[in-house]
Amino acid sequence: MPLSDEWLKIENLQSYYGDFQALHGVSLTLKKGDVISLIGSNGAGKSTLLKSICGLVSQKTGSITWKGEDILKFPASEIVKRGIALVPEGRRLFPSLSVEENLVLGGQVARPGPWSLSSVYGLFPILSEKKTAPSTSLSGGQQQMVAIGRALMSNPDLILLDELSLGLAPIVIKDIYELLPRITASGMSAILVEQDVTRALGAASHFICMQEGRVSLEGTPMGFTRDQISAAYFGT
Amino acid sequence: MDWLNAIVQGILVGGLYAMFAAGLSLIFGVMRLVNIAHGDLIILASYLAWAIVHATGLHPLASLIIVVPLMAGFGYALQRGILNRTLGKDILPPLLVTFGLSVILQNGLLEYFTADSRKLDAGFLETSSFPLLPGINIGVLPLLMFVSAVAIIAGLQFLFYRTSLGRAFRATSDDTEIAQLMGLDNKKVYAWAMALCLAVVAIAGVFLAIRSNFDPFMGPGRLIFGFEAVIIGGLGNLWGTLVGGVILGVAQGLGAQVDPGYQLLAGHVTFLLVLAFRPTGLYPRVSG
Ligand SMILES: Nc1ncnc2c1ncn2[C@@H]1O[C@H](COP(=O)(O)OP(=O)(O)OP(=O)(O)O)[C@@H](O)[C@H]1O
Ligand SMILES: [Mg+2]
Repeated sequence: MPLSDEWLKIENLQSYYGDFQALHGVSLTLKKGDVISLIGSNGAGKSTLLKSICGLVSQKTGSITWKGEDILKFPASEIVKRGIALVPEGRRLFPSLSVEENLVLGGQVARPGPWSLSSVYGLFPILSEKKTAPSTSLSGGQQQMVAIGRALMSNPDLILLDELSLGLAPIVIKDIYELLPRITASGMSAILVEQDVTRALGAASHFICMQEGRVSLEGTPMGFTRDQISAAYFGT
Repeated sequence: MDWLNAIVQGILVGGLYAMFAAGLSLIFGVMRLVNIAHGDLIILASYLAWAIVHATGLHPLASLIIVVPLMAGFGYALQRGILNRTLGKDILPPLLVTFGLSVILQNGLLEYFTADSRKLDAGFLETSSFPLLPGINIGVLPLLMFVSAVAIIAGLQFLFYRTSLGRAFRATSDDTEIAQLMGLDNKKVYAWAMALCLAVVAIAGVFLAIRSNFDPFMGPGRLIFGFEAVIIGGLGNLWGTLVGGVILGVAQGLGAQVDPGYQLLAGHVTFLLVLAFRPTGLYPRVSG
């Protein structure tokens, strides 16, 4: 099989938390360099989809193929080595590690690529001033920068961003979104989960709307009216 | 002078208690596991050293070269083979399994080594001492024990806060799920922690065997001393375990000074007082 530029291919993914089924047959395809927005209301299954891709949800069936390799049953610690990184919802920095230790740990898998401590500090200069501070002493926006930097340190080919704006001031959100193109400029793909539909559609070339564990609409932001999108979002 | 002497000797014995405690604290800190078999593993190390000394004629302290890696390897295998399977949301399985391990170790040692008590002979180390003040003699062995405890705690502290293994321990302890996203296999991280714990246990076991007689059933008592030292010092604080060990040692020494029968009681009472008035211990881990 020739290695196509179809990097991630998910087919009929069903994910479970114990007896509860959170995803009911999700499929999606992502090519090298794609930035896809994932939208949907609370509980639609967006985070579950990201966690299934990076191996944090282990109870699942269907198929997840990454660069031609079936990664459905891989543990999270193996998937990150193959180039998929998650910026988790709520940031989840390691409280007993300093800012720099959080970043260094992110780089522990040591994949080659453009991202290093110095390039992360170049992207977020404020972090270099706070590098010895405990990660939890930072403001929400700065913590989000650490979470993004920590994911970048593994030099992923696909970065999964789960609700970057959660709990942040609008001005901070704007700053972070303005930096996104610099992250994806190197050809890195991204899946972006966002509650704010306008922002989500603005940042991506392609979107997927989820509802109750299923894909309710997908395509390019230009291809649909706001009404069609909100119908898919709220299920009206 | 007798009282001062009791305090000085208590401080030195505290070093041994800190060695019992350090491993317990480490394991609880990294994986929230309370290892009921901890004391029996100390006694296992004592017997291992005894067997090696008798087979090879090595000095007891030299036997550490073999006992430490053996115990560490055993710890790694024990964690990967058994204990990792018991870890989860429920705190009962690890307690039950380590309790079972404790029973197995005691009976295994009884079967193999009989109930006779043994001791390791460290020669002049045990008999030498030097005067600190008139009426207070410092034994070379207790001093060595105390210095070793300080070195072990300092070493663990360094490892925890200055090395990549320590970073992995802290990250896994903070958030197991996200630690896996950093490429860390938590089962391996836990196994390394248990290996490290049993390396410390090995040293404690050898010192214990030189200092006093031991038999297969001494483990649970050592577990209690270690546990009390951890709680007095504050859970999750390594230097705190040293302070906890010293306080326990001094309390026992002073109790024995009043009446030899009060030795253990005084330690337990001190532990209960700390638990009643400072439930988080004297030096709780700085929350962050
Ligand atoms: N750890 C869990 N255990 C059990 N059920 C869960 C767990 N995490 C999520 N769920 C359930 O799975 C469903 C999908 O949740 P998920 O977190 O993926 O939604 P989401 O789209 O990310 O929502 P939000 O916008 O609130 O973040 C919800 O019904 C949720 O209650
Ligand atoms: Mg979510």
